Amino acid sequence: MADGTKELVDLDELRAEGGLTGRRHLLSLLVENRPGVLARIAGLFSRRGFNIDTLAVGPTEDPDISRVTLTVDGAVNPIDQVTKQLHKLVNVIKIRDMEPSSTVAREMALFRVNAAADNRAEIIEFTQIFRAHIVDVSRRSITVEVTGTTEKIDSFERMVRPHGLIEMARTGEVAIVRARPES
Amino acid sequence: MRAADALCEALKAEGVKHVFGIPGGASLPIYDALYDADFEHVQVRHEQGAGHAAEGYAKASGRVGVAFATSGPGATNLVTAIADAHMDSVPTVFITGQVRTDLIGTDGFQEADVTGITMPIVKHSFLVTDPHQIPDYIHKAFHIAKTGRPGPVLVDIPQDLTKMEIDYEPIVSAPKLPGYQPNTEGNIKQIRIAAKALANARRPVLYAGGGVVNAGAAEELRELVASDRFPITCTLMGLGAFPATDDQWLGMLGMHGTRSANYAMDEADLIVAIGARFDDRITGKLSEFAPRAKFVHIDIDPAEIGKNVPAHIPIVGDVKKVLPKLTGEYRALGADGSRLDEWWRRIEGWREQYPLEYEDTTDQAIKPQLMVEEMYRATGGEAIITSDVGQHQMWAAQYYHFTEPRKWLNSGGLGTMGFGLPAAIGAKVAMPDEQVVCLAGDGSLVMVCQEFATAIANDVDVKVFLMNNGHFGMVRQWQELFWEERYKSIEMGPSPDWVKLAEAFGWTGILCDRKDDLADAMRTALDADGPALLDVRVVAKENCYPMIPAGAAARDMVG
Repeated sequence: MADGTKELVDLDELRAEGGLTGRRHLLSLLVENRPGVLARIAGLFSRRGFNIDTLAVGPTEDPDISRVTLTVDGAVNPIDQVTKQLHKLVNVIKIRDMEPSSTVAREMALFRVNAAADNRAEIIEFTQIFRAHIVDVSRRSITVEVTGTTEKIDSFERMVRPHGLIEMARTGEVAIVRARPES
Repeated sequence: MRAADALCEALKAEGVKHVFGIPGGASLPIYDALYDADFEHVQVRHEQGAGHAAEGYAKASGRVGVAFATSGPGATNLVTAIADAHMDSVPTVFITGQVRTDLIGTDGFQEADVTGITMPIVKHSFLVTDPHQIPDYIHKAFHIAKTGRPGPVLVDIPQDLTKMEIDYEPIVSAPKLPGYQPNTEGNIKQIRIAAKALANARRPVLYAGGGVVNAGAAEELRELVASDRFPITCTLMGLGAFPATDDQWLGMLGMHGTRSANYAMDEADLIVAIGARFDDRITGKLSEFAPRAKFVHIDIDPAEIGKNVPAHIPIVGDVKKVLPKLTGEYRALGADGSRLDEWWRRIEGWREQYPLEYEDTTDQAIKPQLMVEEMYRATGGEAIITSDVGQHQMWAAQYYHFTEPRKWLNSGGLGTMGFGLPAAIGAKVAMPDEQVVCLAGDGSLVMVCQEFATAIANDVDVKVFLMNNGHFGMVRQWQELFWEERYKSIEMGPSPDWVKLAEAFGWTGILCDRKDDLADAMRTALDADGPALLDVRVVAKENCYPMIPAGAAARDMVG
């Protein structure tokens, strides 16, 4: 056979996959609802030197299965390795690296903001603009519940922070695949 | 049936013939059930010994090794062996007693969270919370331990649960594990691409690891190597997967591998990794590893692919299934073998210029390399050899020319000193008709010498050939070469008197310190009735060469 025959593979043209993607990934895991599963996942991240940005755990429609949604920065963590290592955990049933364009992702946050007489109106106005809810009020502060994309919650935070952000709690994102448009 | 009896029934259903262990408070009900069990319990003298014996049993036979320990310190003593089995992918099941359920979390007597402690070093683990789970978990543990990439599985069972009555029925169907489905077949399209790449490669190297041994794929590997004049090298764990006496064999690669193997990797244009994981002892400086090569990576564990080096042609599957397909696809291409002529001329040049060699002494002093060569002759190259970790291990890898798989049992990934003796005991229990010899280091052997008693008590006829250089030899070598000869805490001193120690345990003890006596001494030890130790005094300050210094590239081998 002659060298470089077309049916052969040219070694120079081979490319390796994997590595860093440079973007944030949202991983949705279906896991067995058992004690210790979260410890296995968290332990795997720490011993392999991966970082979790956010983590949300909750039930699914099946009582035996929980959903773990986590976000991981693909600029510093090799996502391919992260998912393959997670797959090795026997209690992890399914992993989905959620495609941003076909995913509905939401996060909820609670902000307790300084709201004295002079800025109270402005806080209430932000709340309306962001279609958020006031869930607690005192003489000096207002607590606002914001639901939406991570970006929306980030920008709400930027708006209220100059007024004095006393406390903030965020859930981390949960996500679900968008239904395909009816054909 | 009492749950502890169901445990034994489940083990019997899994084909268990031997388990290794030590009883204790939390495992009393289990040991009461073992009283009537149909398999043998080999009582060891330290739980680490039970763990390594289970590993030796598994490595020698391919069957799942089983070790028992009680709660707390019994369980924590297993930890080194569990970590070792994890690093070397040894199919093992560890069964630990746990304190009563009402004591869990109260810091009860002999309580240790062994599932928590071992979480990073097991393939999987089960904490029993209901006695009915016991048989199911045992079956799942065996299934997980031996399928896919093998590994250790721990089952932790609270004492009170083992005493309860349960209904037991043998489970015949495969266990239901929705999150565990190893992919074994290998993608045929990828295999075809790999075959075509091989057919176009001018400087290919096959690089096989312990995965070939685990998969029982030595024959399939030979077929691939024979399909053309592919040069082949194996890792420390892969030795025996391909006969070291073959013409296409380059020798072991890596830190103490041959120059031929390491230089071939360095200049290769295509490297086919087969059940190997590009450990740092193989790659040296990663950024300068095999800089001209593209990689085909065949492994049953997808997470190994792309972990340390990029894979240009990844193939996830059992090498036993993938290799015949690759060989078939390659043969069908009818590639012209003469394209490898120039590559072989290059390799032959290295072989001539850099053979594995050492300078023998001119007096009666015994060089360690000579001891291994003599051991090879004395055993006809056919014994199961276990080793500890250090210089003697590397010399064995270099100078004992393994031709069959499952004959070379050592601790590769974790590098556990003291592995050799208990592993030899386990191997001999599994393969009673084979000659089993532990090539021990004096630094290592003293760490587990209580297991001399195990061999006598259980009538396990193993031989120990002790390479006695009076030092932690590998550490001494590094202090000499890389730490300006600032020797610290590396001398073993004159104790123990190994012959007396062996005799104290009921072994035959023989001393050899003259070259002329070595062959006879080995013969005497091998022919001895029952366990025998041969204390061979070797040249103390010999260095193990060649060597890739830590963090250096293959090109920079020294010695």
